[in-house]
Amino acid sequence: MSILIDETTRVVIQGITGGEGTFHTQRMQEYGTKVVAGVTPGKGGQTHLGVPVFNTVEDAVKEEGANAAAIFVPPFFAADAIMEAADAGVKVVVCITEGIPTFNMIKVKQLLKCKACNLIGPNTPGVISPGKCKIGIMPGHIHTPGTIGIISRSGTLTYEAVQQVSQQGYGQSSAIGIGGDPIVGLKFIDLLKLFKEDKDTEAVILIGEIGGTAEEEAAEYIKKEFNKPVASFIAGQTAPPGRRMGHAGAIIAGGKGTAKEKMKALEDAGVSVAKSPAEIGAKIKEALS
Amino acid sequence: MKIHEYQAKQILSQFGVQIPRGEVADTPSKAREIAEKIGPKVVLKAQVHAGGRGKGGGIKLVNTPEETEKLAQEMIGMTLVTHQTGPEGKLVRRIMVEEALDIDKELYVGIVIDRAKEAPVVMASSEGGVEIERVAAETPELIFKEYINPATGFQVFQARKLAFKLGLVGNTLKQAVKFILGLYKVFESVDASLAEINPLLITKQGNVLALDAKINIDDNALLRHPDIKEMRDFDEEEPLEVEASKYNLNYIKLDGNVGCMVNGAGLAMATMDLIMHTGGKPANFLDVGGGVSEESVKNAFKILVSDKDVKAALINIFGGIVRCDLVASGIVKAAKELDLKVPMVVRLEGTNVELGKKILNESGLSFYSASSMKEAAEKVVPLAQQ
Repeated sequence: MSILIDETTRVVIQGITGGEGTFHTQRMQEYGTKVVAGVTPGKGGQTHLGVPVFNTVEDAVKEEGANAAAIFVPPFFAADAIMEAADAGVKVVVCITEGIPTFNMIKVKQLLKCKACNLIGPNTPGVISPGKCKIGIMPGHIHTPGTIGIISRSGTLTYEAVQQVSQQGYGQSSAIGIGGDPIVGLKFIDLLKLFKEDKDTEAVILIGEIGGTAEEEAAEYIKKEFNKPVASFIAGQTAPPGRRMGHAGAIIAGGKGTAKEKMKALEDAGVSVAKSPAEIGAKIKEALS
Repeated sequence: MKIHEYQAKQILSQFGVQIPRGEVADTPSKAREIAEKIGPKVVLKAQVHAGGRGKGGGIKLVNTPEETEKLAQEMIGMTLVTHQTGPEGKLVRRIMVEEALDIDKELYVGIVIDRAKEAPVVMASSEGGVEIERVAAETPELIFKEYINPATGFQVFQARKLAFKLGLVGNTLKQAVKFILGLYKVFESVDASLAEINPLLITKQGNVLALDAKINIDDNALLRHPDIKEMRDFDEEEPLEVEASKYNLNYIKLDGNVGCMVNGAGLAMATMDLIMHTGGKPANFLDVGGGVSEESVKNAFKILVSDKDVKAALINIFGGIVRCDLVASGIVKAAKELDLKVPMVVRLEGTNVELGKKILNESGLSFYSASSMKEAAEKVVPLAQQ
């Protein structure tokens, strides 16, 4: 099994005719993802990469039964794209776009409160259930089907974790990038809840970074309710305060959101915390033994 | 993006938020002119992107326009050191000349985005004039909060609750309610990530004004605020960081000697952490972007070699979809063009990694190659110490 997406997932690509949209749609198709439709307003009726293009997500849902969406549209239009997908009843929306203004995301989250929609991102590599479905920009070939769930705020650091896990002889049930922005859709805690119910996930790796309190909230939840082994790494132990470390959300503000606080909270919750990023694979092995 | 106090006050004033009378001056004679207009008694305030100016000697009360000119002469061009500038301090290029007011009380009001609640929060405190982080740590019960529902916006009753909790009454209370509502309007309209008035001044006459003002803008929203984007003061930033931002690279200078070039922010932070765990000190954070290109590699090299503190460099690229042979060719080309002297350890991973390594090995350049992050760090740290 896996969480959020599997071999039955039918994906619509918003922004399919753009450069990024085209490139990554091809990679998803190669991986075996069922891309059933694309959306580019004004280009409805065309066919692109072998799939029908619609003017609206609503049409893509109605005509092709899309139940997941990947968003490749520019930052100032991306919040609108998320809301359109949620409004059309799409259950899993993956927003790859980086650079959406925070206020736009606050409004998106407000709207999502009354929709049955799981938003991944924005500013995420996406979500993959190896061997079944990939929605995003991650390299499919480094993943193997297996029993480790991965949740991360990063992109390439997640690939690093995937590789270390593979070197230890484990595959992944699902790997999710939750996004590097201050306001994102599903957070660690939401995904831990899904992994808890997934009978094929034996253990979870949680890759956090400086900024915000999502890791502390996750630690609280793990302590109380999560019954599977968890290993973790927090990036940014050497990051100076008050500086945005690449990701809009990676900032120690007012002395809060340091790696040290997060590592301590996770350790207190019984998580195997890797001090060095080179030990992620070893830590999950330790957590499982 | 950070802006200066005088710029923040210009914005406040546009939205009808009360500020003291004052102007900015970059010469002593201009400072004197302003003092003659609004003085004789004025306050001179150094304009730098750092707090703690008062303690560092960046805020002075003067009694006459002559004295203003004399003190302005000293202040413009001085290096101001505060707990936020670091020991090297910051060069003062401008000062604000502001009317001196009779202070009755110094309060606090600030607005930020609460990430956990996913909403703006307006905070007010009777403990103004000191660092709010300290108040939050020592006497959190003295900070009052109102969360904003993004659908309906900031309501008058919420501002009123805060003003009452600050112990205000009568006309002062009315002014404070208007002030707080106005500040929120600013916060929302300019896509701020922080709008902080500390201290919020209550004068002996009972008037409410922003004595200091700090506004940070959400970088992702700057495109829709061209007027505010213009306010960016490059002089306040590290020159190499300004240079890197022209190439759309995320670069932050640090105080170590191991230069890093990494694709992806998380991996870049993790690489810095690994250098520390291996006994070295990172010289910088440098993210060339997840989808690294030949161009971005070349630009990143330019930045790395301009930092004289860099004694050795670690290049950590997890290519993923990006082909390692292309990255390797980019590295070789840039290294040759820029005539790189510092020893370099390269760790490549992803599609076509073997081909990438072959290109590096056959380039005739002296790279140390590593097949894992750990190995790369273990090789680069001793090289930097030689």
